Amino acid sequence: MDSEKRPMLPLIGSEIVKSTLTALWFMFLTFPIMVIKISPLDKTIHWRWMNLVYVGAGAFFLSFLWRYFMERKVQGARADEDGGWQKRAGQRISTDRRIYLPGLIALGAFVAIFPFLFSSYQTSIMITALMYVMLGLGLNIVVGLAGLLNLGYVAFYAVGAYFFALMNHHFGLGFWFALPMAGAIAAIFGILLGFPVLRLRGDYLAIVTLGFGEIIRLILENWNDFSFGPSGIAGISRPGIMGASLTLHQHTIYLYYIMIVMVVFTMIVVGRLRNSRIGRAWIALREDEVACQAMGIDKAKTKLMAFALGATWAGFVGCIFAAKTTFINPSSFTFMESAIILSIVVLGGMGSIMGVVVGAFILILLPEYLRAFSEYRMLVFGASMVLIMVFRPQGIIGGIRQHYTFQRKPAADAGEGGDAACA
Amino acid sequence: MKRLLYSLVMVSVILCTAESFAADTIKLGVPGAHSGDLASYGLPSANAAQLVVDAINAKGGILGKKVVVLKEDDQCKPEVAANVAAKLVSDKADVVLGHICSGATKAALNTYNESKIVTLSPSATNVELTKSGDYPNFFRTISPDDAQALLQVNFALDKLKVRRVAIIHDKGDYGKGIAEFAKGFFEKRGVKPVLFEGITPGAVDYSAIVQKIKFSKADAVVYGGYHPEAAKIVAGMKKKKMKTHFISDDGVRDDTFIKVADKFAEGVYATGPIDTTKSPMAVAAIEQHKKRYGTEPGAFYLNAYAGALCLLQAVEKAGSTDFAKVSKALRTNWFETPLGKISFDRNGDAKGIGFAMYQVRNGKYVEVGR
Amino acid sequence: MEYFLELFFGGLTRGSIYALIALGYTMVYGIIELINFAHGEIYMIGAFTALIAASALAMLGMDGWSLLALSGVIAIIYSAAYGFTIEKIAYKPLRKAQRLSPLISAIGMSIFLQNYVLLAQTSDFLSFPALIDEFSFMENVTIIGSAELVIIITTAVATAILTLFIKFTRMGRAMRAVAQDKTMAMLLGVNVNRVISATFIIGSALAAVGGVLISSQIGQINFYIGFIAGIKAFTAAVLGGIGSIPGAVLGGLVLGWTESFATGYISSDYEDVFAFGLLVFILIFRPAGILGKASSEKV
Repeated sequence: MDSEKRPMLPLIGSEIVKSTLTALWFMFLTFPIMVIKISPLDKTIHWRWMNLVYVGAGAFFLSFLWRYFMERKVQGARADEDGGWQKRAGQRISTDRRIYLPGLIALGAFVAIFPFLFSSYQTSIMITALMYVMLGLGLNIVVGLAGLLNLGYVAFYAVGAYFFALMNHHFGLGFWFALPMAGAIAAIFGILLGFPVLRLRGDYLAIVTLGFGEIIRLILENWNDFSFGPSGIAGISRPGIMGASLTLHQHTIYLYYIMIVMVVFTMIVVGRLRNSRIGRAWIALREDEVACQAMGIDKAKTKLMAFALGATWAGFVGCIFAAKTTFINPSSFTFMESAIILSIVVLGGMGSIMGVVVGAFILILLPEYLRAFSEYRMLVFGASMVLIMVFRPQGIIGGIRQHYTFQRKPAADAGEGGDAACA
Repeated sequence: MKRLLYSLVMVSVILCTAESFAADTIKLGVPGAHSGDLASYGLPSANAAQLVVDAINAKGGILGKKVVVLKEDDQCKPEVAANVAAKLVSDKADVVLGHICSGATKAALNTYNESKIVTLSPSATNVELTKSGDYPNFFRTISPDDAQALLQVNFALDKLKVRRVAIIHDKGDYGKGIAEFAKGFFEKRGVKPVLFEGITPGAVDYSAIVQKIKFSKADAVVYGGYHPEAAKIVAGMKKKKMKTHFISDDGVRDDTFIKVADKFAEGVYATGPIDTTKSPMAVAAIEQHKKRYGTEPGAFYLNAYAGALCLLQAVEKAGSTDFAKVSKALRTNWFETPLGKISFDRNGDAKGIGFAMYQVRNGKYVEVGR
Repeated sequence: MEYFLELFFGGLTRGSIYALIALGYTMVYGIIELINFAHGEIYMIGAFTALIAASALAMLGMDGWSLLALSGVIAIIYSAAYGFTIEKIAYKPLRKAQRLSPLISAIGMSIFLQNYVLLAQTSDFLSFPALIDEFSFMENVTIIGSAELVIIITTAVATAILTLFIKFTRMGRAMRAVAQDKTMAMLLGVNVNRVISATFIIGSALAAVGGVLISSQIGQINFYIGFIAGIKAFTAAVLGGIGSIPGAVLGGLVLGWTESFATGYISSDYEDVFAFGLLVFILIFRPAGILGKASSEKV
């Protein structure tokens, strides 16, 4: 760092000048919206000069922090190249059984008794968070592994939810029958969407999937005879357990355990998928379409598989969502929902399973625990999204790339090397 | 380390307080949209509840207990509302004043119903909430949608003598609900609407639908929805120098509509609850709001005020917060409220509350029929 | 015929607004390949600033065209300043990050800005004064209003100026260079940071123009107007071929007409279904948009 060699005093001076300029700039920037308030009734202007002072003082101090952390980030990036402590610690935890086993057991125990430790509200928002973990893991297949930017993921979620709701309403179909079928229907929709967009890349794909999501929602809103329109479907039955009648609290706990099982199941399946033949084909597709095709991978089939397998999880979660709230209407399936799920994937760390879990917990539990901030809740939420991305662009837990190191050993392990070429 | 210990203790104290207060207070849950784009419909109700509770506490509370308000934000989203309901049940709310939107109310009601909590909404007008009979714990201090639609249709046909009507709605559960009832009532009286369409709320402009209305040569437009879109459509129609009547609902019968639509609002018809703002109780309630919050109260303020009064008085008359006793008290007693003297029928709809038709004249809503 | 013309001009007006916002999307995308989701919010802030400025100036006794011009200029300055600042905070630190990180940062920024205006101003809809006066020569014309005419003409002029700017000025040339190859441009002495800032400033200024014009035409705004307009404009930019300036304008107009005619001749229930359906249909046959080429020359 050059700055360290410079004398101390002018350095502090220049920092103060920088912060002052930043403060002045933000005072200018926020002036009309923060200071002036027009009351249209009596045609007068309220001047809120105190706000200007707050903005100035806030910007002055925050700009110090901002530059400090920026500096650290630059240094951190350099340190990372030769293996930062986080990475080393992370690797140690994940490889050393002495740390990792007891940790896992403790976590498992905590998860298992969670609903008895906390209130049914806590359990209920935990179920929501777990639902988003599953959605994130599903979208992670499409975006994180196959590199297909999907902004209409919520459509499959809606398909699952409406499938169960309608089947339950018309035919009294139970939750356990509907669950696998909802996944299958969503997968079919995934393939249907996949066909026309096979040729599209990057952001063209993004906008078409966004459009697809909106089209599904609009159809649900407008086609009353089919979906009951915006008034939605109420009285969807909750999952039963051998015909026993449960109280609401028991239902919540039951649903919590269903979600835990589902999430563990999803994590195992997605983890296995990633290392399977198709999973490596997805990663190859993400990295270089042309090279991947040249390697003999069927591009169309691989993409469709990604859409279908990604959509399946959304279908499952949709079904669970309908069973949890017992009421659905189209307003739950807006574009904002897709954006939040995508944010979970990217914020947590693309392609990483733990990353998605962390991302979902942050994005879903944060607004709940920010209730203390009341009206500033969403403001803080948006700012945190920006800050997390700025200071950890690779996500909170970045995807760890599969490494295959060549070791001179008997021929038994040699086969690995060949497969890794594509990954 | 000491710091950490201290904060841990603080957290556990905060977590425990909810439990320790349980015995000697009555908890009034007030869920609704307190943030997001529909916040202006939810915040007045929260204010109303707070004012009513403060007044009651100043007189020593109910049954010797203080009343506390538990405000929860549901943003009018069904999925958030379901979690909020779980939270209120966990926090041991005794009675609930909410939710604000019909969709959110539907999502939350099952939770309250199973936990046997009386729920009273100041603003959810969806017909099924009461008439389906699925929710014996539900009450409301506002009339259901069909009453409004019936008034609109009768007014349009009998007073305005229209023959061709166009029905427009905003695709929302509230707007489309009213529009569909209106369509049904028109058809029953032998008038087939020339247009029945939904618009996209928040769209950049509505010139195309305005031209379509003009082209359809309708004498009147019946609009189901809220005031922002209504203002845009009315302004578009007036700019095209159309003479078509514009009849809308209580989402439009709000002074914000006149403020936003300005000179274009002139002549617009809207149904709304019968105006009781001149009654002494309502005047006092509005005065309280002005004194405390410094502004005029917003939408559904009086409904929420009346709702909070009914709920708490019912608890007092029942002598406990027991579900069966409170709901019986609500159905058998008449309550003095800013909305007049009201009681509740078997379904939970309020008796003594009705709709009237209003028209904007010289920048003010004036009653023109019932 | 009159009905058709009315729908035609209605669609043209709406399309012009989409085009003005889409230009910002397409320029930013052309240069740093980022879908700037906060762009719709810039449009909203432009409209809000104009409203505040216009109300304040009107109280000082200003009216007519000077009021429109002055509050418009203030809105443009502020929108440009916001665009510039947002780039510096939310995108510049992420220039070397993976492609989706700035996108999430943009979504966060969009949520932040919406709530910032909500808290600092109001959640209610506000009445926006009709800043555009009625022309006297338009008295007997029914198919198109004065404000609509102003919007269409302004869009045409703005697009023409922008095209000339990019074709003939030094900065325009630098923009094209950066769009084609950032590293190469840097090696040849182009100040890439400055070019990116300039792109954000110009894009934001255009969004502000759109915001002021349409708000004064429909007469109301709130903190949420940027969201839908932003999505539609983004659709328009992709439809035309993202990265291409004539493409953004064409995409905006096609989208505006589609929505207008779909409402007029079929049903407004499915207005957006037709808009997005058209998008899918066009992209199936031209995967890079109407004017985009597979390896297109950007900006």
